[in-house]
Amino acid sequence: MLHALLKKIGLAAAVTGVAVAGMSNASAQQDPIRVGTFLAVTGPASFLGDPELKTLQHWVEKINNQGGVDGRQIELVHYDTAGNAGKARTFAKRLITSDQVDVIVGGTTTGTTMAVIPLVQRYEIPFISLAGGVPIIDPVKKWVFKTPHTDRMAARKILKDMQARGFDKIGLISGTGGFGKSGRKQTLSVVGDYDIEIVADETYGPNDTDMTAQLTNIANTDGVDAILNFGFGQGPAIVTRNYEQLGLKLPFYQSHGVASKKFIELAGEAANGVRLPAAALLVAEKLPDDDPQKPVVTAYKKEYESTYNESVSTFGGHAYDGLMIATQAIKRAGTTDKAAVRDAIEQTSGLMGTGGEFNMGPDDHLGLDLSAFRMLEIRDGEWELAE
Amino acid sequence: MLGEFLQYLFSGLTTGATYALVGLGFAIIYNASHVINFAQGEFVMIGGMGTVMMMAAGVPMPLAVLGAVALAVIAGVALDKLAIERARDADIVPLIIITIGASLFLRGLAQYFWGKSYHSLPAFTGDEPLKVLGATLLPQSLWVLGVAAVLLVALAFFFNRTLKGKAMLAVSHNKDASRMVGINPRFILMLAFALSAALGAVAGIVSAPITLTSYDVGIMLGLKGFVAAVLGGLGSAVGAVIGGLLLGIMEAMAAGYISSDYKDAVPFVIILLVLFFLPSGLFGKRGTERV
Repeated sequence: MLHALLKKIGLAAAVTGVAVAGMSNASAQQDPIRVGTFLAVTGPASFLGDPELKTLQHWVEKINNQGGVDGRQIELVHYDTAGNAGKARTFAKRLITSDQVDVIVGGTTTGTTMAVIPLVQRYEIPFISLAGGVPIIDPVKKWVFKTPHTDRMAARKILKDMQARGFDKIGLISGTGGFGKSGRKQTLSVVGDYDIEIVADETYGPNDTDMTAQLTNIANTDGVDAILNFGFGQGPAIVTRNYEQLGLKLPFYQSHGVASKKFIELAGEAANGVRLPAAALLVAEKLPDDDPQKPVVTAYKKEYESTYNESVSTFGGHAYDGLMIATQAIKRAGTTDKAAVRDAIEQTSGLMGTGGEFNMGPDDHLGLDLSAFRMLEIRDGEWELAE
Repeated sequence: MLGEFLQYLFSGLTTGATYALVGLGFAIIYNASHVINFAQGEFVMIGGMGTVMMMAAGVPMPLAVLGAVALAVIAGVALDKLAIERARDADIVPLIIITIGASLFLRGLAQYFWGKSYHSLPAFTGDEPLKVLGATLLPQSLWVLGVAAVLLVALAFFFNRTLKGKAMLAVSHNKDASRMVGINPRFILMLAFALSAALGAVAGIVSAPITLTSYDVGIMLGLKGFVAAVLGGLGSAVGAVIGGLLLGIMEAMAAGYISSDYKDAVPFVIILLVLFFLPSGLFGKRGTERV
């Protein structure tokens, strides 16, 4: 009895001793790499920030279990901004000056990201944003990068598909919320690059419940070949239902703002036949086997869904891409010296992420091209590849 | 041309009928207490969301509809008993502020228990649009208009032919005098809250298949219903209905003929004009003369 007890204590002591020795050994050799992040895990943008944080936490742990980056463990330092730009600025400052992080991967919304940009530029910290807005990387800022595709790319993808199908006069309808407004602006600014003319330009408010008047106007415009709706939330679902109600036969495009199952659920039967650009992650299993992006997106999807027991979203994918770009740049640089890491991030090329293949350069701190978007068509309530 | 006009008209009548039902709720409570109940939009939300949630739990639609109306009535009576009645010695303005607080509270509860996403209800009799002279109309729009018309007739009967309804009118004209003839104003006030909660819930249910529903639909519908009630003259039931229909039609016509960008501004400009030149609304004056 006593003997057994002593044996147990001895074993425990031995294990602890080894563990302590191991730890002090590792830390004596190398400090951990400190990755800072600030995300909107609560608040109105929580459906973006929540999968982002879950993704970062899971994959940091995974990298650490596999031996870390260059033998160094990663330490994730996180603050919740609740989508508030003022808080984002405070937390970014804390990450830089008090937590002394080596690189920042975060910034769920364009607003929180833009608030932090002056700080990272002044303190010279590499920063990979997870927000969609074009102004983050246009014009290029030395220390700022981002992973999600922009609404300008979505507009280009749609216009390209329209041109390929021979439509030259289109009607535009857009929401007056932030997403729809920016989408409309980007569509108008790039439409000149295609042989397409916007012959009708209508809008609807974020809480409007009936858009038949706007759609009737578009349908009655001379020569209109197709209709494009740029919007977010329930508005596009109502537009789609109204479109069905009016019995319109024109080809109908939506933006990537509706790339969620909720849209199909709300629009019901009316959603069938709608085309939209979306990330490959949405149709991971349906990609052809020779698609170079297929292994990355199916692996991410499988791992996320089995870990957290909820369906994958493109937003978590942006965080995955950001973490991969940062860790691979640190690996290539062989150091966490900030200038070296920044240069290495800028030299990222051929990195296959969930959002597409990243090829960055001094003039391009996003590095994605239009192939990052897939043109999808909704058939029988399911996403199908249209190309 | 005719097809276009009819399309705008149908669109306006459908949204207008919802505004009218919400406006009626404002009118009934205003009559009984001179309180403007800003939680009226939340009754609409409870109607729509309650039905969605009960159907998701497996309750058949007719029962879910009844359950949601009952839920809204409970919320309305609770608002009266727990908040308004306890503060009955206060002025009108604090009471109105209480209703704003109640609306935030109900919205918060709905957000917590029912979630933040949008939901749709199946249409009562199919989605196949009807074609009328080049315009299209959803069968559900006829439901909205029909239910609004039936409720209006029922209310007219209630106020003019039943003792309880007449008692409610009496309280609206003179509380002290009606107490002297044996009417209990507290009971009448509770009845007014129950009635307008039920009206709001019905509006929320019949419109949900067209407009979709979520925890925060009450904000916009409450505001538009209030505008409808003011436009028609606060306290006038007929005024609230006509105000609601006018508001809906003006919005649709503005979106169709002027510009969808300025659509939301048009009704508010018109209500400003009404308040400048007809401060008691379109039908308000007749209501006060009835004494």
